[in-house]
Amino acid sequence: MENRITSLFQETEDKVMSVYFTAGFPELNDTMEILTNLQDQGVGLVEIGIPFSDPLADGETIQQSSEVALSNGMTLKFLFKQLKDVRSTIKIPLILMGYLNPIMQYGVEQFCKDCKEVGIDGVILPDLPLAEYVADYKALFDSYGICNVCLITPQTSEERIRLIDEHSSGFIYVVSSASTTGSKLDTSGQEGYFKRIEAMNLKNPLMIGFGILDHETFTNATKHANGAIIGSEFIRVVKEEGSSLAEKIERFANKIKVTI
Amino acid sequence: MKFQVDENGYYGQFGGAYIPEMLYPNVEELKNAYVGVIESEAFQKEFMHLLKDYAGRPSPLFHAQRLSEKYGAKIYLKREDLNHTGAHKINNTIGQILMAEHLGKKRIIAETGAGQHGVATATVCALKGLECIVYMGEIDIERQAPNVERMRLLGAEVRPAKSGSRTLKDATNEAIRDWISNPTDTFYIIGSVVGPHPYPDMVARFQSVISKEIKSQMLEKEGTENPSMLIACVGGGSNAAGTFYHYLDDESVKLIAVEAAGLGIDSGESAATSVLGRPGIIHGSKTLLMQTEDGQIVEPYSISAGLDYPGVGPLHAHLAETGRAEFASVTDQEALDAVYELCKLEGIIPALESAHALAQLKKMTFKGDEVVVVCLSGRGDKDLATYIKHKK
Ligand SMILES: Cc1ncc(COP(=O)(O)O)c(C=O)c1O
Repeated sequence: MENRITSLFQETEDKVMSVYFTAGFPELNDTMEILTNLQDQGVGLVEIGIPFSDPLADGETIQQSSEVALSNGMTLKFLFKQLKDVRSTIKIPLILMGYLNPIMQYGVEQFCKDCKEVGIDGVILPDLPLAEYVADYKALFDSYGICNVCLITPQTSEERIRLIDEHSSGFIYVVSSASTTGSKLDTSGQEGYFKRIEAMNLKNPLMIGFGILDHETFTNATKHANGAIIGSEFIRVVKEEGSSLAEKIERFANKIKVTI
Repeated sequence: MKFQVDENGYYGQFGGAYIPEMLYPNVEELKNAYVGVIESEAFQKEFMHLLKDYAGRPSPLFHAQRLSEKYGAKIYLKREDLNHTGAHKINNTIGQILMAEHLGKKRIIAETGAGQHGVATATVCALKGLECIVYMGEIDIERQAPNVERMRLLGAEVRPAKSGSRTLKDATNEAIRDWISNPTDTFYIIGSVVGPHPYPDMVARFQSVISKEIKSQMLEKEGTENPSMLIACVGGGSNAAGTFYHYLDDESVKLIAVEAAGLGIDSGESAATSVLGRPGIIHGSKTLLMQTEDGQIVEPYSISAGLDYPGVGPLHAHLAETGRAEFASVTDQEALDAVYELCKLEGIIPALESAHALAQLKKMTFKGDEVVVVCLSGRGDKDLATYIKHKK
């Protein structure tokens, strides 16, 4: 499958920094500006969060950003409108991350069509179980060339990881510890788990997420993976008052890249 | 058997387990174990023993004579209000605490709205000496203060759910987040026939003792197991599932499920999911769900905290879709009127939730020879402040 995510991991030897942000936060129309600045700062991959009223796998930070985004008026329909011309400037792979219900209501096929049309490369849908994905959605996603990124956790059995690897595309989202997003992570304590997954030699690249917030956690996590994903910490930074989005995103990127 | 869950956890198009991967091992463990455990002799023996000697079952099937005269049908009340802790909720928490013990879990979490399920969970945790954490919306903690104190007396920790609308839906979200963060030692005791498979089926099985007893009590009193109809209120739908369970396949028995209309179906302040909902996903289950066009979950409203939920269990979504059960709805005021009426006519103070089932009687026309069983799911002690406030 020809896809920007697949190409990224084929072409780069560097550790990929991936950033999650909630669409419609802090302001409804920040989406394009955030994407542009992230690309300028060398971020390799972006996950655009579709806000949901009841985000079960998210901690407080992303819950609150979702609440604000919804009250700002963000909807999936509106997000696609904002992204209509995204590919004229943004070249890095883009993923939509969200919960299944808003997508079901939008219509899964229409969603795939619109993803393809604006240039979305993949999706992460934490509450779409593997079995349902394979039975009901895989053929559809494949026909539109959309990667489905699945999660694994420290509790996922080896047998299931192999099954997930078989049915995932793009990369595998390695959840760093048993938690919701945004909780503190002891990355050194997770090294055994990261090593175990690395040693499985899966067909998909590995991206580690949950609890990555600075240079140290990023470096520790990426010793045994292709990259790492930062979500809640990015939301915390863009929420800060007093400077422009561009300044905040630059400061954020430097904090992850550079040893302090 | 078309109303039983299928091997993938569905009732028709509804059900399933739409859970993040973090919960998969836990839910899978339960899914693989629950039927075998429940059907084992040891489990049944302990379950029946606790239902009888601890919860006080069987609950009576009471012929409400004055109520019958008023409505022109032979009306029986299934007295779940007489159970220990005052509602049907204890049937389920006894079953689930035994399941938790069987799976070797040491830490129990639960969600609660009105506090009835929280109290029933705290009760069985005290009985078994297990740690108990109950999530409850900040708003519900304020409006159901006595139940908060009861839970604390029983040794439970009550944690406020501060997200979203700070009621039952959000307490459930917080309980699920806790479960995600504690994937090995923790058992989640869900309070209704909701959540990912196998919860709806497991909870329905534990509550099915209600209809099992109705059958033998009917046989004794009426010479037949079957009443003409069964009426029960539906929040998530556990007392209704228990009341209907052994009658699901016998279509000669009419099933009536009563939802909370709040201030009225079209008022924007309602919890009548079968009318206002569309298929969607809530708390790990595909079911009827009150939501915006964009798929955001809508905050429901009912005077009764136990019916104030934007979904129904997947079994009920299926019963509504197939027409096997008739879905009705009752407003706050109609429920309150039914409370005062039952107090005066029968000397029983019902819970606000149960009063929704009672209020349905007034909306029906009877020929005179019908035998009607109403599930009186709980007693009204917890609602006393509301009853005093609204008394004319
Ligand atoms: C007395 C009583 N009846 C009914 C309900 C509604 O729950 P369900 O629909 O699961 O029976 C509750 C919930 O709190 C309750 O306390």
